[in-house]
Amino acid sequence: MRYLPLTDTDRRDMLSFIGASSIDDLFVDVPAQARLPGTIPGLPDHASEMAVERHMARLAKRNLSAGEAPFFLGAGAYRHHIPASVDHLIQRGEFLTAYTPYQPEIAQGTLQVLFEFQTQVARLLGCDVANASMYDGSTACWEAIVMARRVTKRGKALLSSGLHPHYVSVAQTMAKFTGDALAYRAPTLDAATDIDALIGAIDKDTSCVVVQYPDILGRVADLTPLAEAAQAAGALLVAVVTEPVALGAIRAPGSMGADIVVGEGQSIGVGLQFGGPYLGLFACKQKYVRQMPGRLCGETVDASGKRGFVLTLSTREQHIRREKATSNICTNSGLCALAFSVHMTLLGEKGLRDLAGLNHALACQAADRLAQVPGVTLLNDSFFNEFTLILSKDARDVVRTLADKGVLAGVSLGRLFPAAPEIGNGLVVAVTETVTPEDIETLAKALEEELA
Amino acid sequence: MTMLKEGRPTAPAPVEDAHMAPATATGNRALMLEEKLIFEIGSTETTGVDFAQAPLTGSRLGNLARTDVIGLPGLSEQETVRHYTRLSRQNYAIDLGLFPLGSCTMKHNPRLNEKVARMPGFADIHPLQPQSTVQGALGVINELAFWLIELTGMHGVAMTPKAGAHGELCGLLCIRAALEARGDARSVVLVPESAHGTNPATAAFCGYKVEDIPATPEGRVDLEALKARLGPDVAAVMITNPNTCGLFERDMKTISDAVHAAGAFVYCDGANFNAIVGRVRPGDLGVDAMHINLHKTFSTPHGGGGPGSGPVVLSEALAPFGPLPYTARMADGTIHLIEEENVGEEMPRSFGRMSAFHGQMGMFTRALAYILSHGADGLRQVAEDAVLNANYILRSLDDVLDAPFGQSGPCMHEALFSDKGLAEGFTTLDIAKGLIDEGFHPMTMYFPLVVHGAMLVEPTETESKAALDQFILALRSLAERAKAGDDALKGAPYHAPRRRLDETLAARKPVLTWTDPGMV
Amino acid sequence: MSRYFTDEHEWIDVEGEIATVGITDYAQEQLGDIVFVELPAEGASFEKGDDAAVVESVKAASDVYAPISGEVVESNSALEDEPALVNSDAEEDGWFFKLRIADASELEGLMNEAAYKKFVASL
Ligand SMILES: Cc1ncc(COP(=O)(O)O)c(C=O)c1O
Repeated sequence: MRYLPLTDTDRRDMLSFIGASSIDDLFVDVPAQARLPGTIPGLPDHASEMAVERHMARLAKRNLSAGEAPFFLGAGAYRHHIPASVDHLIQRGEFLTAYTPYQPEIAQGTLQVLFEFQTQVARLLGCDVANASMYDGSTACWEAIVMARRVTKRGKALLSSGLHPHYVSVAQTMAKFTGDALAYRAPTLDAATDIDALIGAIDKDTSCVVVQYPDILGRVADLTPLAEAAQAAGALLVAVVTEPVALGAIRAPGSMGADIVVGEGQSIGVGLQFGGPYLGLFACKQKYVRQMPGRLCGETVDASGKRGFVLTLSTREQHIRREKATSNICTNSGLCALAFSVHMTLLGEKGLRDLAGLNHALACQAADRLAQVPGVTLLNDSFFNEFTLILSKDARDVVRTLADKGVLAGVSLGRLFPAAPEIGNGLVVAVTETVTPEDIETLAKALEEELA
Repeated sequence: MTMLKEGRPTAPAPVEDAHMAPATATGNRALMLEEKLIFEIGSTETTGVDFAQAPLTGSRLGNLARTDVIGLPGLSEQETVRHYTRLSRQNYAIDLGLFPLGSCTMKHNPRLNEKVARMPGFADIHPLQPQSTVQGALGVINELAFWLIELTGMHGVAMTPKAGAHGELCGLLCIRAALEARGDARSVVLVPESAHGTNPATAAFCGYKVEDIPATPEGRVDLEALKARLGPDVAAVMITNPNTCGLFERDMKTISDAVHAAGAFVYCDGANFNAIVGRVRPGDLGVDAMHINLHKTFSTPHGGGGPGSGPVVLSEALAPFGPLPYTARMADGTIHLIEEENVGEEMPRSFGRMSAFHGQMGMFTRALAYILSHGADGLRQVAEDAVLNANYILRSLDDVLDAPFGQSGPCMHEALFSDKGLAEGFTTLDIAKGLIDEGFHPMTMYFPLVVHGAMLVEPTETESKAALDQFILALRSLAERAKAGDDALKGAPYHAPRRRLDETLAARKPVLTWTDPGMV
Repeated sequence: MSRYFTDEHEWIDVEGEIATVGITDYAQEQLGDIVFVELPAEGASFEKGDDAAVVESVKAASDVYAPISGEVVESNSALEDEPALVNSDAEEDGWFFKLRIADASELEGLMNEAAYKKFVASL
């Protein structure tokens, strides 16, 4: 077996050194009835690298990958071009095969990356501090709701109807068990967001208002009035960003007063990967730092006075605080954070702004072109790189039919909101720099045919 | 003749002054290069990515155009590659050597798995694509799920949890949902003192009260104390098996029976599954739910802290309550993703969604490639070699290091030592830092909490005997130095990129982001 | 003024109806470098034995219990900026909070300095 270096001679020598007559002697503590007599039934014996690769390639071929088709899906996961050097760098064994940097003297590489990542994220989201990552945007969102409960000692969160429905589901799942109250209603097909309604709903029991920006239908709205209203009532504003590239073009939630900003960082450096692993972003105001979940990297000096980095404020975490920890998270999304950070370093401010500008411009072109298709109306007044089309029939069927024709048209609201058939004609279309004018034309033609 | 003397002499004079290496002007030491922060070397005008010119269109950003300077420095591609390559060289990694971090299972990460995960058919598909376009991906999830069930002898598996701790959450949510379904509100989860911190943290995270169960002097769960505590308020008992002291819980089946008799469920922390994979099936021990860290037993890389993946295998009693979405193979061979809209008929009692999409696909492809590569014979050998290597270390060092449970028999996949017997003032930390100078990553230190100055050594099966012997040599020498009170050890490491770091300063005055010194 | 000690390593100075509470020098020594102290808000009331404050070193967080019942009248804000005061001067400037004593009889079971010294020596 190519991954196992011991030879049979080694095994014999080692057993005899230990004083065991056979390997079974080392498993004496396993009760006899729990010992498997042979190998796992049905599983073939070990296979060559070539055989395994062939098997996996066969499975991979049974998927239509985004690069093979005109591709317009978003709704929380975005396809962007990832520079070749990103993947090269994250595959360096010193990053890829290292553990959490618990021994800082020999983990300065990972630690410095985390410190840079935290700074990049804090600046991008417009916050004072950011942590070293969460699992993904949806779990980061729930952690923010829990943190708001800790900070305000109140248990009712208002979720905007523009929040990703899967993020809502995650929160609802957890709230069933924790007893938090969540107020939420599915969106309507309206160009305006529900910010005014949210402001009206804030009361003295509200721990936080959770609002996505740009929201699930692609709309963008100024969060300042919402932040002011929440804070005036002693509640926090939690902003959720599922497309961080947008923040190269539109104002940061932190700068509009959000107390906690969480996000899905997949869009920068990580790739679609059918939903995971992704990268939870978590940032907040300095005054709440001790209530944050997850790991934090901080600057310090070593015994000879040189600058260095360590994991810090660990008393918040499970390995020290156990049942009183701010979260149970341990393993996070370290390597995805590295990918994000490398990609962001390659982009820099100029590149990010260019990228965001290109996304927005292509999205504007696509929106205009698609709105000309008979049977299609554009919902949005405002958007970044994603908008909602209202079709003359159920979008779910349209998406399926177009997929059969090799066009990945977008995400139907029927898929996202199965319990809200009244918005089933909505189609969320994302347009990134990977989309060509020909792709837009192909989609327009296909919709024309389908809606005729 | 011409007397070309350029570049002489070519044989250096013997060195006697190595300890007096002069400081360099740059702070660099040959291949050990100091690297500044991107904020110190980059600029907001530099970029390493070129884009096509954006077509001219109006702006529909709702009057929210970002006009401030964000403060994101860029580097050209060459500078970027250099920055991260230099930083990478300040890390220890499995690729460099033995990484005996107990409880973390730092085994070799096969590169085939990296290649497979990057096939566009897996890496470049969107989680919300129509199901007809992702049958291969759903097939991977389904196939991996099948083998995880077979390997554990359980009834079902929840694939969406994103790491071990998230898997614990999944398991406890299943338990809570099952209890609520029978109208039985229970409030307490029992956790051994030796448990990993995620166990009590998870129980609290989903609203349970946590109570400790003590260990016996030989490092196992105190069965009598546990039985005495069981009662109508106990929802679950969380047990790690093999446990964090590296021992198999011999009474596991008896524990499970007692827990079940009391109407509660058994959660097993499966972080240490590597010791028994292919040899023992937790399903045969009465376990109701167990997470499997794919980033441990099934070798997906740790990546400096993540990502991981924590599928949870479930008993027949709990499987109906598992999370959405999940995959199901239909009679016609297609694989369906069961989500909120079609869950009604399929799994009405599911507790719901616990993350946005379908789990850690990138880890599933790697883990499946790992399982198929090893096969039935290879996986069994994995457990055997992991246990053999740990016992070899235990018996090679128990004459110089205190092995608190060494008397009670063999260990499983990790060898536990303590700081007992070191000279006054010498600690586990000194041994750990000494190992750094010897070219090894330290073992897990100060965990489990039940052993004073714990040193938990997990070599894994992917180490050769030669590597183990070298590690043993190093640890033996350090143990001897710590027993003899060699003060030099207190200064270790000397040869790492940094000396010991001031964690007190970091925590007292936290600096968590970079600020331009010119701006403060 | 009289000083009392608890077996949880808190000291209490009583002056009139106000009790000043801190952790003992022995305790700070055991905890190592203190990096953060979480103090109770003014106006909070505690029953004897309630969690009243948290004292953190780099690797541990310890709860400080209210040694007697009462209402918090002041917290030592100097500790917010300089938690190291607990290490350098645990039994004077490193005090944690002041309570308005609810029930002076609760002081009766507590140790005096000599008894506490003996207690520590026995640990
Ligand atoms: C025994 C044990 N349980 C649980 C966990 C948590 O797993 P994860 O880090 O994947 O969340 C770990 C790993 O760190 C562990 O060692």
